[in-house]
Amino acid sequence: MLSDVELKNLQEISRRIRRNIIEMVYFAASGHPGGSLSIVDILTILYFKELRINVNNPKDENRDRLILSKGHCSPALYSVLAEKGFIPKEDLKTFRKIDSYLQGHPDMNKVPGVEMTSGSLGQGLSVSNGIALSGKLDQKDYRVYCILGDGEIEEGQVWEAAMSASHYKLDNVCVIVDNNNLQIDGKITDVMSPYPIDKKFESFGFNTIEIDGHNFEEIINAFEIARKTKNKPTAIIAKTIKGKGVSYMENMVGWHGKAPNEEQYKLALKEL
Amino acid sequence: MDINKKIATRQSYGESLVELGKVNNNIVVLDADLAEATKTNLFKKEFPDRFFDMGIAEQDMLATAAGFSTCNKIPFVSTFAIFATGRAYDQIRNSICYPKLNVKICATHSGITVGEDGATHQMLEDINIMRGLPNMTVLSPCDDIETKWAVNEAVKINGPVYIRLGRAVTPIIYEENNDFKLGEAIQFGNGREATVFATGMMVAEALKAKEELEKEGIDIRVVDFHTIKPIDKKIIVKCAKETKKLISIEDHSIIGGLGTAISEVLTEEYPAKLIKLGIKDCFGKSGNAMELLKYFGLTSKEIIENVKN
Repeated sequence: MLSDVELKNLQEISRRIRRNIIEMVYFAASGHPGGSLSIVDILTILYFKELRINVNNPKDENRDRLILSKGHCSPALYSVLAEKGFIPKEDLKTFRKIDSYLQGHPDMNKVPGVEMTSGSLGQGLSVSNGIALSGKLDQKDYRVYCILGDGEIEEGQVWEAAMSASHYKLDNVCVIVDNNNLQIDGKITDVMSPYPIDKKFESFGFNTIEIDGHNFEEIINAFEIARKTKNKPTAIIAKTIKGKGVSYMENMVGWHGKAPNEEQYKLALKEL
Repeated sequence: MDINKKIATRQSYGESLVELGKVNNNIVVLDADLAEATKTNLFKKEFPDRFFDMGIAEQDMLATAAGFSTCNKIPFVSTFAIFATGRAYDQIRNSICYPKLNVKICATHSGITVGEDGATHQMLEDINIMRGLPNMTVLSPCDDIETKWAVNEAVKINGPVYIRLGRAVTPIIYEENNDFKLGEAIQFGNGREATVFATGMMVAEALKAKEELEKEGIDIRVVDFHTIKPIDKKIIVKCAKETKKLISIEDHSIIGGLGTAISEVLTEEYPAKLIKLGIKDCFGKSGNAMELLKYFGLTSKEIIENVKN
């Protein structure tokens, strides 16, 4: 159980990350706020509770890795990295600008703390598996976390990778599906339903856990179960709200890849 | 050239991997259910812990290799050229070349000489799409010795490398201790009647043509491009200046391959006519490798005709 102080602290971090996301997308006049806001609470727990990482040694061979396979949610990743101290907070406002190192989609060679370049969907779990296999080979005990979108898992490669993770018994791999129910063209059930997501991962040999992706306790518990699960990978299906925290963005498909105008921007900041 | 001693470059690749595996613990090998054919099975036998069969899932395999490379491993990834570069193009582009990761893609069964399997398995566009990628080095060795150099050279390069290998056996052209240099094509002879620029299996055909023509008193030169990217600009310009005719030959489409790479250099540096021999914008077909080379006009005979006409 989280203490009240701890809970308050984590909530405060999440709130700041959400504000940063809105600012980044507003100043860039482009970007993906909806899916960024839905993974904030998961990223907060990962970076402030779960991941074994060292800001002063971002390339430590024994570090845990977070692969953001849904790379378009870079605003969330950059914001949490800034919050953690990997990059200066003032740089966030340069997001997507021509002279900025903060590319529209994450670039591992430009941003300290970004583990893998991503953007073309469906490839992050394969990359995670490569890192996990390497860890097994070197007898290192680091873990690899991979965030997938629920629309992203329509990509066939995700299931090739799911097969591999299970075949090679990669219990050091933990998938988190950001199940916010929306993709660009509409509800995932209308566009191309990936459901039942838990059953699919289960039949591919994963330990699956369904949680409320905005409940810190549930997120923490799921990671703990994943860590204790041996001989198979874990998939956490996190039920989330696209646009979480900004009332007019919540569950609205139109906020997948759109920046707020000045009025909307001010309203969002007031709410956060 | 020892016409009698022939070996497939994929065999040389498999043998090189074993040697590399002995001295470099960071070498890992991934294959997509074709280890027998690509000869990575030789590595698998010696180092089962460092061999990963990824099943018939090339996209997963290439991106998994990208993951390995972020942990200081040097992954060699093998399958047929058609699947390595075609099926997994986006993974190579976005997860390997863009982040400049240290992945070595060694594709066997390139070109028309795949033979009986026919058009679906004959990769004729791989040089085109691989050389179009920033950060990618493209190697296309012609024999056993050059292949062994290419595999070892790939390890020295910190970044993605594509090595194009064949299925059929090819004559051994070089001596064991030959001094190869990345990006430096190798010239045979100083003939001034024509230059034949060749790569891969076509180098042996070009040398055969050179020998035949010599008997008739026609002196040509042959240039072996073991490195297609970066291309050796110097030798192209030098040969354009020194010889009357320029011909390129490759077991690849005439669009985007060696011939195109050479004409790009000529256009900018020393405009000259280039006769491009290769697969002329069409798909292949079934047949025995040697029959197919004749059918598509990729033998010493066509080289000789083009030199003379």
